[in-house]
Order: sequence, then C-alpha cells, then structure tokens
Amino acid sequence: MRNADLLRFAAGAASGYPLRTSLMILAMSIGVAAVVVLTALGDGARRYVVNEFSSLGANLVIVLPGRSGTGGFNPANAITNTTRDLTVGDAKALLRAPAVLRTAPITIGTSEATFSGKLRDVTVVGTTSDYITIRRMAVAQGRFLPDDAAQATSVAVLGAKIREELFGAEPAIGQMIRLGDRRFRVVGVLAQSGQGLGMNADEIVVIPVAAAQAMFNTNTLFRILVEARNRPALEEARQQTLDSIKLRHGNEEDVTVITQDAVLATFDRILSVLTLGVGGIAGISLAVAGILVMNVMLVAVTQRTGEIGLMKALGAPAATIRNAFLAEAVLLSISGAFFGYLIGEAGAFILRSLYPTLPAFPPNWAIIAAVGTSVSTGLLFGVMPARRAARLDPVLALSKR
Amino acid sequence: MALIELSAIERVFTLGDSEVHALAALDLIIEAGEYVAVMGASGSGKSTLLNLLGLLDSPNAGCYRLEGRDVTTLTADEQAQVRRERIGFVFQSFHLVPRLTAAENVALPMMLAGVPEQDRAQRVAKALKDFGLTERADHRPDQLSGGQRQRVAIARATIMRPAVILADEPTGNLDRATGDEVIRLLEELNAGGVTLVVVTHDAAIGARARRRVLMEDGHKVRDES
Repeated sequence: MRNADLLRFAAGAASGYPLRTSLMILAMSIGVAAVVVLTALGDGARRYVVNEFSSLGANLVIVLPGRSGTGGFNPANAITNTTRDLTVGDAKALLRAPAVLRTAPITIGTSEATFSGKLRDVTVVGTTSDYITIRRMAVAQGRFLPDDAAQATSVAVLGAKIREELFGAEPAIGQMIRLGDRRFRVVGVLAQSGQGLGMNADEIVVIPVAAAQAMFNTNTLFRILVEARNRPALEEARQQTLDSIKLRHGNEEDVTVITQDAVLATFDRILSVLTLGVGGIAGISLAVAGILVMNVMLVAVTQRTGEIGLMKALGAPAATIRNAFLAEAVLLSISGAFFGYLIGEAGAFILRSLYPTLPAFPPNWAIIAAVGTSVSTGLLFGVMPARRAARLDPVLALSKR
Repeated sequence: MALIELSAIERVFTLGDSEVHALAALDLIIEAGEYVAVMGASGSGKSTLLNLLGLLDSPNAGCYRLEGRDVTTLTADEQAQVRRERIGFVFQSFHLVPRLTAAENVALPMMLAGVPEQDRAQRVAKALKDFGLTERADHRPDQLSGGQRQRVAIARATIMRPAVILADEPTGNLDRATGDEVIRLLEELNAGGVTLVVVTHDAAIGARARRRVLMEDGHKVRDES
C-alpha cells in the first residue's frame, strides 16, 4: 500500500467516526494547551523577576581591592605578598575588555559639607560620568559630572537629601559649597533613589574622582564598578576583569570580583524549576490523553473487526493493517497537538492582555516537548491496538459484523 | 495442471476437550474455468473448505496446491499476496466498508496492491460500468440496495482479475429475484474464464452449477457433474 493511500485511508477512518475523533482530539489538545499556558505563566514570572532585578543594575561587576579567601603556602608569597591598590588606570584599562561596556572608579570618604553657615557630615563619592548610568540613577536638576571628570574639576552633584538639608527651598544649582577645605560648584542634584549596594544614594556628594583623590590625599580606589555588555556576557565580563587586573598587578590575583547576579541566578534557578514542575504536572494530562488514544483505538479495532477481516481477505499483509491503525493514532495526536498549541497560544495571549507586565510567552522547549510528547504518546499507545488489529484471525474477523 | 489441488486435507478444531473434524481426508481437484457448487447442511464443513481455498485458514495436515504451487507452506505475507492477486471473495453479508463510496470500495484491493491512482480510477470506472453501477459510484453502501451492494462486492472481487472467485452464500441476504441476478452475473464471469466456487445450501442455486460437491461432517460424500 502506498504511503499517501495509507494516510488517506487512516484519515478517512478517523473522520468516519466524528464524535469519537473530536473527543479524542479535544482531550489531546487540552493536555498540550495546559502545558503551553502553564509554562508560559511560569516562564513569564521568571522573566518578570529577572527584568525587575536587571533594572537595579544586574549587569554589574564590582571590583574590590584585596583578596578574600584562603590561600595556601606559595613560594611567591614567601618573597612578596603585597596587594597592589586599584587605580584609575585599572578602571580605564578594563574598558578594553570586550565584554565590558563601561566602568566607573570609586573613591569614597567622609567630609563636612558647608553652605552659608550650615554644616553637615557627608559621604563624598569620587567617580566619573559613567557612574550614573551604571547605577541607573537619574538627575533631578542640572546635570551629572562632565565627561572629562577624571580631571580634578571642582564640580559637585548633591544627593537629594543633602540638597534639601543644605539649601531647603533655595536653588542649589550654580552655588558654591565647601567640602573640607575645598570649594565646589553644584552642577546637579540626584533624583531620590534609596538604598543600594550598602550606600544611601540620597546622602552623598559626587565629585570627580581626581578631586576626591586629592581631597583624601590618596591615589587608590575604593571600588571599580564594571557594567557588562548584557546579562549573558556577565560571567565573561567578570573573568575578563579579573584577568585584566591580574595582568596589570604583576600576575597576582589581588582583587576580588563579585557580581550582583548571584541572587538573581538563584531566583532564576528557582523559577525555572517551578516552570519545569508546572509543565510536568500539565504533562500528566498528556499521558492521560495517551491512554485515551489507546482506549479509542482499541474500540476502533473492535468496531472495525469486520473491516479488518475484509482487508485481510483482500490481501492486506499484517504490516499494512498495523500501519493503518498506527497512522490513525498518530493523525489524531498530531491534530490534537496542533489545536492544543493554538489554544495554548491563545491562552497565553489572554494572560498577556490581562497582565501586561507579565511576559507570558511559552518557552520554545515547552512547545517542542508538549507536541513531541503528544505525538510520541499517540504512537506509543497506538502500537498495542494496531498490533492487535494486525493479529486478528481473518476467519473470525469476517464472521463478526 | 489443475488450478486447485487438495490432497488428504485435515482441519481439526478443538472445542473444550473435544476435537471436531471440520474437514477429514479431503481430496478435491478443480480445473481452471470450472463452475463448482459446494453444498451441504450447516456444520458440514463447506465454509471451512472455502476459507481454506481462500488461504484465510490453514489445514492441520495435507497439501493444497494452487496453480501447481504448494501454498500451505507460504508465510502469512506471501499468502496475503496470493489472495491479493489470484483470489476474489464474495461474502453473504457483502462486507463493504461503510464509510467508503461504491467506487472506493471497488478500488480497495488495488489500493492495497499499490496500483497507481490514475490506473485505479480507470479500472474502477470500467468495472462500475460493466456492473451497471456508474450512477451509484459516489453512493455509500447504506444508500445502495442489497443487489447493488452485492454487485459492488463482485466488482471488487474481480477488479484484480483473479484466477478464482470464492462466493460464500452470495445470495443468502437477497430476495429470490435479486439473488438470481447476482448468480447470473457470477456465471457470466465464469463464462469469461474465471473459475467459480460457490458455497450454498440452496439446492436451486446448486443445481445451476456444472459440478456439485456435497459435504457432510467434513467428508466429501458426493461429487457429480
């Protein structure tokens, strides 16, 4: 029997019993749709959390001077074990790493800010213009540090709370304030943000890094903030940062590089497992649908016993009869999977319309798994009925009506 | 060389702990082109004989040669091929596939044999015309009368141009007039050279055959021409 004829024959047999066929397809499509919708929901939640986190600067790599961790005895240590300080040069050099988008050196210290007789202790942050982009902060008034702020320009950007306490209702932009024994012109005010990286951004004064180093009489840095090109490049950026600094520090790994991604990775993992779990539960309905395929095909074999006998009398080999029934089971499963996929996508679309912030797209692996499972269960559970049909004794089959 | 050659055929069914000899020590030779009626009461073994001739059943002992070839030792698939190409069946209850049209039912053996679709359509159209069913080509079996259904079944049995047609009570579900018409149709085919074996318990139909084999308890009790 030709394959095209076999398929047409199987399709004809399936459509010859419309109620049975449509119920079967319905059961299979509910299984597939459940997998698609539930994984869309789970994966949507995962993406939502990841997005929220990355808006806080999840692509961030932080370089700290000094090595944390336990080192063993090493002949090199016996001779010299000095940690080199981080410098502005290090921060600039990091920009050459391909996975690094921008860097910001940070020098930090405390000082007294005074303006027209008011005096306040402030945290002074010396950095460059990229700092605001890396930390995803915003300027409320004026502008941030100029791009050539590595120079010791005497400009300052105030935290929201500092501005309020020093200036109150008066305009701050353009005023001169005193930090320690130096005078700085206020060029901007940060928007209110809140806690982040252990620093209250509302109570800082940001000045150019060179000015800060001069003020605190140092040439070292407290931290270097590094932003990776994108989230997937984060680990690469971390490694390149480490390598690059190691190279500049006489091949000694004397810095610690951490990422804010660690927490995020945990969330990502938990939510992925959740998606998988929910998908698995939905997958049970696919297995149930598979058993239904078997049931329906067994009924079909009984219903069509006479026809099977006739096919044998007309000279159909056992393989042809088996294949015809298998093809029918697979056709039912494929159409079930197809409709289920459509229903699932529609369900995910409704979810997205109801909750626009939730990116409820079914992941590709779930769609492939759902459709693959439904077709293979159809095949698997179709084998037994098909073999039973092929093995029927023609004389007995013909005597049945 | 005879078309069908049965020698010392035994067919034993086991029912519970008793053995029933449906066929015992049966010898039968049918030449090509013969018209044979196999007659007997129910349970005489005539249907078993027909199933055996049609390779739907295998004997427990003995030898069956079809066109000189021992077919009892063939594998199931080889037997299927012989059925497909050399044997046509006509059943009492027609055995048409209910969801297929008359034309599709007639085409079924060719589909199973893998005949290309264009050839199929041509041969089906010709067969339907020969059997006066052209207008009924797109009707399903439940839209056909009993006589028309049996004509479709005969068209199907002959579409592969078999050497022998085995008819099992072909008129059993038909009234006298329609039954006569079906028998005439089969006789016309026989006149055209096809060997015809009809199983019947109807003496009137048996009387029309050129040769009658009478079965009783699995034995051939009379064989007259």
